[in-house]
Amino acid sequence: MTQSYRLSAGGRIDRTRTLTFSFDGKLYLGHPGDTLASALLANGVHLVGRSFKYHRPRGILTAGGEEPNALVGVGRDDAHFTPNLRATQVELYDGLTSESQNRAPSLERDYGAINDVFWRFFPAGFYYKTFMWPRKAWTKFFEPRIREMAGLGRSPQTPDAARYAQRFAHCDVLVVGAGPAGLAAALAAAKTGARVILCDEQSEAGGSLLAEPDAQIDGLPAAEWLKTALAQFVAYPQVKLLTRTTAFGYFPHNMIGLAQALTDHEGERNDAQPRGRLWQVRAKRVVIAAGAIERPLVFPDNDRPGIMLAEAARLYLERYGVLPGRRALIFTAHDGAYRTALALQRAGCAIAGIVDLRPNAGGPWVAAAQKAGLAIYPASTIATTDGRLRITGATVKPIAGGSGQRLSCDTLLMSGGFTPSVHLFSQSRGKLVFDATLDAFLPGAPAEACSVAGSAAGVAALAEVMASGAEAGAEAAGGSAFSYQVTNAPEAQGGFIGAVPYHGDPGSVRAFLDYQNDVTAKDIALAMREGMKSVEHVKRFTTNGMATDQGKLSNMNALGIMSPVLGKPVPAIGTTTFRMPYTPVPFGYFAGYARGELFDPERHTAIHGWAEAQGAVFEDVSLWKRARYFPRGSEDMHKAVARECRAVRNGVGIFDASTLGKIEVVGPDAAEFLNRMYINAWTKLQPGKLRYGILLREDGFVIDDGVIGRITDTRFHVTTTTGGAARVLTMMEDYLQTEFPELNVWLTSTTEQYAVIAVQGPMARKVVAPLITGADISAEALPHMSMVECKIAGVPARLFRVSFTGELGFEINVPADYGRAVWEALMASGKPYDITPYGTETMHVLRAEKGYIIVGQETDGTVTPDDVGYAGMIGKAKPDFVGKRALARKAFAEQTNRKQLVGLLTDDPALVLDEGAHIVADPAQPKPMTMLGHITSSYWSETLGRSVALALLRDGRARTGEQLYVPLATGNARVSVVAPVFYDPEGTRLNG
Amino acid sequence: MDNLAETTSLSRLFALSGQAGDRHCRPVTGGARFSLRVPQASLGAAGEALGLDLTGPINRAVSAGQRTALRLGPDEWLLLLAETDAATVAASLSQRLTDGLYSLADISHRQTGIALEGVAVTDILNGGCPLDFDPAAFPVGMATRTIFFKAEIVLWRQDLTRFHMEVWRSFAPYVWSLLANVGCEYAD
Amino acid sequence: MLLIPCPYCGNRPEIEFAYGGEAHVVRAADPRKEDDAAWTEFLYFRKNPRGDHAERWRHAFGCGRFFNVKRNTYTDHIEASYRIGEMLP
Ligand SMILES: [Zn+2]
Repeated sequence: MTQSYRLSAGGRIDRTRTLTFSFDGKLYLGHPGDTLASALLANGVHLVGRSFKYHRPRGILTAGGEEPNALVGVGRDDAHFTPNLRATQVELYDGLTSESQNRAPSLERDYGAINDVFWRFFPAGFYYKTFMWPRKAWTKFFEPRIREMAGLGRSPQTPDAARYAQRFAHCDVLVVGAGPAGLAAALAAAKTGARVILCDEQSEAGGSLLAEPDAQIDGLPAAEWLKTALAQFVAYPQVKLLTRTTAFGYFPHNMIGLAQALTDHEGERNDAQPRGRLWQVRAKRVVIAAGAIERPLVFPDNDRPGIMLAEAARLYLERYGVLPGRRALIFTAHDGAYRTALALQRAGCAIAGIVDLRPNAGGPWVAAAQKAGLAIYPASTIATTDGRLRITGATVKPIAGGSGQRLSCDTLLMSGGFTPSVHLFSQSRGKLVFDATLDAFLPGAPAEACSVAGSAAGVAALAEVMASGAEAGAEAAGGSAFSYQVTNAPEAQGGFIGAVPYHGDPGSVRAFLDYQNDVTAKDIALAMREGMKSVEHVKRFTTNGMATDQGKLSNMNALGIMSPVLGKPVPAIGTTTFRMPYTPVPFGYFAGYARGELFDPERHTAIHGWAEAQGAVFEDVSLWKRARYFPRGSEDMHKAVARECRAVRNGVGIFDASTLGKIEVVGPDAAEFLNRMYINAWTKLQPGKLRYGILLREDGFVIDDGVIGRITDTRFHVTTTTGGAARVLTMMEDYLQTEFPELNVWLTSTTEQYAVIAVQGPMARKVVAPLITGADISAEALPHMSMVECKIAGVPARLFRVSFTGELGFEINVPADYGRAVWEALMASGKPYDITPYGTETMHVLRAEKGYIIVGQETDGTVTPDDVGYAGMIGKAKPDFVGKRALARKAFAEQTNRKQLVGLLTDDPALVLDEGAHIVADPAQPKPMTMLGHITSSYWSETLGRSVALALLRDGRARTGEQLYVPLATGNARVSVVAPVFYDPEGTRLNG
Repeated sequence: MDNLAETTSLSRLFALSGQAGDRHCRPVTGGARFSLRVPQASLGAAGEALGLDLTGPINRAVSAGQRTALRLGPDEWLLLLAETDAATVAASLSQRLTDGLYSLADISHRQTGIALEGVAVTDILNGGCPLDFDPAAFPVGMATRTIFFKAEIVLWRQDLTRFHMEVWRSFAPYVWSLLANVGCEYAD
Repeated sequence: MLLIPCPYCGNRPEIEFAYGGEAHVVRAADPRKEDDAAWTEFLYFRKNPRGDHAERWRHAFGCGRFFNVKRNTYTDHIEASYRIGEMLP
């Protein structure tokens, strides 16, 4: 439990408080300000994970979001567990519980490491070759085995206990990254009065300034200047500084996705407060100041725990007061590693030597190292490393050849130079341009209103970084830049891409490029031997860059390896496209508030509360909850529906039809508009009359239906199906606005204006009439398919004499706020007649007995009016309506054998067919059978004491009287084809 | 047009009846609403009938006394009225616009109102509404149809920190829950 | 998420809009005069280009108007938006 690698002073941690945390069940100590990675390193723990494919022991490689190795699961229990977090970004809190991944049973002893022994059998692309044969082995052996091995971390099995917030925001300038360039940009923009959002993924703003002991800005030490800069923002209420906030995605038209961690760092969090917030920021201008990422060097066995990036090591030292080891060997092609060596030496770490790929490295940092007496090996390389769970030494050789020299060390710090973070810029579809002097892709012409500043743009020296930030910020906000005086910050230069020259059999060494996906230099070479020439092909063949880090460390080195082999310069090979998210974002951020009952709106009618109180069982119909049936006592659905059906046929039932779509069509051309939309003729329909309308799509197929009432000459009350309400209104608006703009007619959705109460059955008028004032609703005054405006229970109503049951019926439209009161008045009025509330299931049975179609059940988007027997409704004299021309096409007109609506009766009256079941002529025919059609509706008819079914059947009407078969799981059912009306075919009951 | 909301023996049961207001939101009950559609040619006459200037820009509110018209589209207004005024308004429009070139549809019960007040209101709205509520982009007096999470709403800014929202009745509980859900993240 | 210039309301976020497919697909004034091939073309055939595209949008959660937009389907850049009945600028 001792932090033996922690220095007694220095860094930005709070040594006055000690935090306890666990990793793989072991307890360790750390301090506020630590990350999980820095705290583990302070305790001398480098081994934190096993690699994905070979299960090689891996250590902490970086100090940031690019970390490929130190992936951990964090959380006190399953409901608070997040897998695949980068230990370098997990802020330490007291009681933090973490575990390593991809190992069993433990990091030290891992069965999967057998893959490492047989590594020669797992070359790149092995997925595509090894598992091809025999075919059966795929499902029985390979797939289960791969599934077991594949994937990172474990998924929690319980619902996430956290809340997640979301937020839309707008600003003039969004600055991504609060390092020196970003701060300078934000300050310059803020001075103009612009609305600025400045975000940074780290817990505090400052970027590289948080580990900058030497440089002075405007005469202040960097850390002091940072304080004054942040204090300045307070004076600008228009500036929002968001820390712990990752700009993960750049979407079209300057929409940037930000993931802001809110409580992860607070320890055992309060689930009532959101864990994180997803920001969707629309910025007029974006300044990307995302910094640069140090590259590893690709050399044999470069993946042992203890091997780390040089700048990361310096960061652990300066920011967290942690030594990466006691004896460090440096391997570099960049001056920055010399700075690391010097800092470590000052802090008491022995430097085994600096191995530099470059023959004549110079400049201030190299000179300082020479002056400090550090052993420098120019023009040298590392041929191999040793050590099992931790590096113990490395063999240094001159590049030119000759004998090697083993140097012992407990940490090896490498630097291949820096790769500008162009990810967001690339996501924005900005063009990348290769800079041969920097060996880097830099932002070129932008595709969005954005600019790139600081080291993300390839600028290295601190003075230039700040100047480029200030310039970008001023330009974005239309202000003027101001300059900073930066001293004591010499530029570090250098860099290398590709695999370093090493000596030995290239087939027998493994030099890793992509640590997370275990891709080696040899794999890239193999991919090219197998004919992969494009970087995109090499990426997919080797999986290089396809892990969750998206190749932040490996892409440039892969190009460096490909370039000489293909004999093409890097820009001619190109680079892969970066995708969002920049770093992984937990799914909860995207779900946001949309969970549980807030996932979708749940729409209730005005009568819902009454039905709920009666114990109704509801079903989902689009977003609505509709009462399906009203069970009494211990009734199941079958019994309840049978009772409800009997009530409607023999007495009276009451039904909530409020969800029906309603559209008020008003204007002098209302009838003409409906003529053009519906197949029916509307001109001659008198005010006070109703007509059943069918709506087609332009391709001639039925899309909706509903009863339409003419209120006045210029006003129609159109009803649609429940699910079609919005679609039909949109379609009507489309035709009205774009095809028939000359018509003077206007459409208003009135679906929710009215509660609709259907009172159906022979006793219906007796229930309704006593409540009516202002109208005569006798059979003579208000025949079937007519309507009247009147009052019911004192409430204004549009009373429709209409039936979807085949019985005498009314549909009463009342303003929705009165819906429940009118319903209750009807219940009271109907009490002497045992009025029975019924639900959608009974409604379906009753209408099926009458052969009334349900759009979406009898129709499926390929059914014409004639198919369902409604050709007679087509207004013959009309020159045009939507779908008319399509129906007249030769292809339709000459088509015989279309599926037509028929009724089916089973030989066994008790057998209820399965909806969707197919119909065949001969069940003994060889498979695949010729299918003649399918069942669209099938119910037990309580009224008829037998089952009934509707079906779409090829040439169905001509088959009336035929006997066909419906193969079911329980055997073949013989059925007779009949007309699709089972009950009261003459319709006399409607006129009761 | 017998169908206008008017006084009856029964009382209205609103979508948010029984919901207590909180520090940001309060249900607004009662009132009459019309969707009014008027082509360009009839704007002057319709405005005279209503006593409201309908020639102002789209996405703006005009009020006179208890009558308010929110111009939601080039030819579309949402009229917010006292319940007792509904029949009068319908009658004066039909008297003035004798050619019938307009549409008036009663939507008093289609939707319900929510009043939002407080300095955090724009933050709360931005939890689910994608519009920019900076006063330069959404000034006082602006009114528009927009979206709040998955619900269509109409939003009218009555003051810098005061909004009136209209939402279809069956979406109101959903919107109400989300307002409360987002609202608890903000102190005032 | 696109920022779409509604010709009536100005720039508004994409989630307020509904896409309406290719613009300027004209429904003949008298469909009876169209032959089957022409009607089939009208019903089913669309350009679907990679690049400049004239397309319809509706400001569904806004003013409710259909209008046309000239958008590059590759870059998403919107060059123009104009009302129904107006010509592609
Ligand atoms: Zn608009």
